[in-house]
Amino acid sequence: MEKFTRLTSVAAALPQENVDTDQIIPARFLKTIRRTGLGEHLFAGQRYDADGRENPDFVLNKPAYRKAGILITLDNLGCGSSREHAPWALLDFGIRCVIAPSFADIFYNNCFKNGILPIRLPREQCLALMEDASHGENARLTVDLEKQEIHRPDGEVMSFEMDPFRRQVLLEGLDDVAQTLKNHEQAIREFEARPSRAWVPSTKQPGRPQSVIGGKGEQA
Amino acid sequence: MQNPVTPRTLYDKIWDDHVVKALEDGTSLLYIDRHLLHEVTSPQAFESLRAAGRPVRRPDATMAVADHNVPTSDRSQPVEDPQSRLQIETLEANVKEFGVPYFPLRSRQQGIVHVVGPEQGVSLPGMTIVCGDSHTSTHGAFGSLAFGIGTSEVEHVLATQTLLQKRSKNMRVRVEGEIAPGVTAKDIMLSIIGRIGTAGGTGHVIEFAGSAIRRLDMAGRMTLCNMSIEAGARAGMVAPDETTFEYVRGRPFAPQGEAFEQAVAYWKTLATDEGAHFDEEVVLDAAEISPSVTWGTSPEDVLPITGTVPRPEDFADPARAERIRRTLAYMGLEAGQKIAGTPVDVVFIGSCTNSRIEDLRAAAAVLKGRKVADGVRAMVVPGSGLVRHAAEQEGLDRIFRDAGFEWREAGCSMCLGMNPDRLSAGQRSASTSNRNFEGRQGPDGRTHLCSPTMAAAAAVTGTLCDARDLLESTMAEGAA
Repeated sequence: MEKFTRLTSVAAALPQENVDTDQIIPARFLKTIRRTGLGEHLFAGQRYDADGRENPDFVLNKPAYRKAGILITLDNLGCGSSREHAPWALLDFGIRCVIAPSFADIFYNNCFKNGILPIRLPREQCLALMEDASHGENARLTVDLEKQEIHRPDGEVMSFEMDPFRRQVLLEGLDDVAQTLKNHEQAIREFEARPSRAWVPSTKQPGRPQSVIGGKGEQA
Repeated sequence: MQNPVTPRTLYDKIWDDHVVKALEDGTSLLYIDRHLLHEVTSPQAFESLRAAGRPVRRPDATMAVADHNVPTSDRSQPVEDPQSRLQIETLEANVKEFGVPYFPLRSRQQGIVHVVGPEQGVSLPGMTIVCGDSHTSTHGAFGSLAFGIGTSEVEHVLATQTLLQKRSKNMRVRVEGEIAPGVTAKDIMLSIIGRIGTAGGTGHVIEFAGSAIRRLDMAGRMTLCNMSIEAGARAGMVAPDETTFEYVRGRPFAPQGEAFEQAVAYWKTLATDEGAHFDEEVVLDAAEISPSVTWGTSPEDVLPITGTVPRPEDFADPARAERIRRTLAYMGLEAGQKIAGTPVDVVFIGSCTNSRIEDLRAAAAVLKGRKVADGVRAMVVPGSGLVRHAAEQEGLDRIFRDAGFEWREAGCSMCLGMNPDRLSAGQRSASTSNRNFEGRQGPDGRTHLCSPTMAAAAAVTGTLCDARDLLESTMAEGAA
């Protein structure tokens, strides 16, 4: 995962509430077995018409925002499906930071796993940043995770809250799985050996119908 | 770990029983009892696992099935779409390589992962259950902690059988009293979402309680918990009781015999203690809940079927008024119009919300002896091959087919428009699924969420309508 330390970029504003993951990446583009290449389908429903032509009014199609690295929306960004294809599509487009008054839980989580910084700010501050964003390339924002600050084009600084652990993971670009195995393997083993765990049955039970792996199974 | 004398909620107890390690920063490493996999959100996780040379830590706590992307038409043919086929083949290659139990596409056990898990007894009370799908909350109906995760977390669970989690807040939604005839679990849940909004449960786990919930069967409880995510909650739960134990008893993967009785003894300790603290509490009067339908593009846009669509000018907040305006334009509705009488093009009965045998029975009760209105395409997509088979044993398939419904194979189908079952632009559906987002069922498709009873009624009249009118005439004829 790529580190996130400091980003200076044009911001694109999408002044809508409940920007859901079906809007961010519609399901018909989830048929991939890779993480990359989803950027062209980002916001496909709003970005293209039925014939696949670009909708010139959609913010990411406007010349100033084609390289936006920051996206600002209203409340409940990323609600809906757990699809990590949503942050993958954002990342593939080039967006590394998303700002909103509130986020849906799973999407918020998924951002951190992909080096995208999600920032919660009060609605008034989001609206102020949207105003900055409306000036396109003339108004770049700088997001500094180390200092937990956003620098506006007029020099004003907004600070934001961030969980210290998540901040560290982003700053260092740490691999979660390796960290867990390195730090907690012994604790996991001890947990698995607890007598109170004995009731939990196995999903691999001989004679039960599942034991066909890759076979035909019972014909429907 | 909390002091044992402090009264705890159902969620607190399951959480406490699964903490491997509480970390200094306030997160906990949580052990996962069941990991369910499907073809869309797992390939990238397996790829990373392979690249790092790691095994699946607990294949015996894992179960896989393809559902999102599978065709629901003729299963004797190969999967036509090359990308879909590759995704399914990739899942099959991965389960083989990593030794994960799998229900093949052509087996009768195949179906929607959230139908299959409970049906097989893979999902049990007291467990932590995860899957790379937000509707994993369904399994909370058993009194388990079940929630959706992203693909990076799928990889983390495959490799470590744990997740780093922050404890959620406790919210209780009590529904007290009796629901009226023709009102279903779906209507209860739509009403709850209409009341608290799609972000109402954010940061919380919801426990559904109250006399109306206790009376629901497991299918109803699953419908309720399924849509917890549409209320923004991390998970939804119902305390396990005799209804739960009776459902679980004898399921293929449930504990058997003496082991079952011991498990029940443990499960009985899980109910929320008297006096346990809830950060939020919402109470609904069951008697006030009507058959409901959504009018807009967010699950919180709920109306009783007798209601009228909102007018933008009734909202003081300009952003809100603008959203209403935009939504009405997308949905092709007039401000202030009655929702009943809106013509539909497609009726979809299926999805992890409403595709169980009980849902099919409810729809068939409306459809018996009736026909789908001219020009309406109606389809039933059972939640699993076993549901489909059971329905055929009961003769429900005949009722559906005679009425003019397509009788399909199991899968997610038109709920999310990933496979070929989609709305075309401007088409309007009455759908028993869970999301009415823009484009969810196909680009520029218009979705009205409702119960199987209401969807069946819409199929018959060709419009959104009050199913109670049809049910009453069915009962009147029955009495005559």
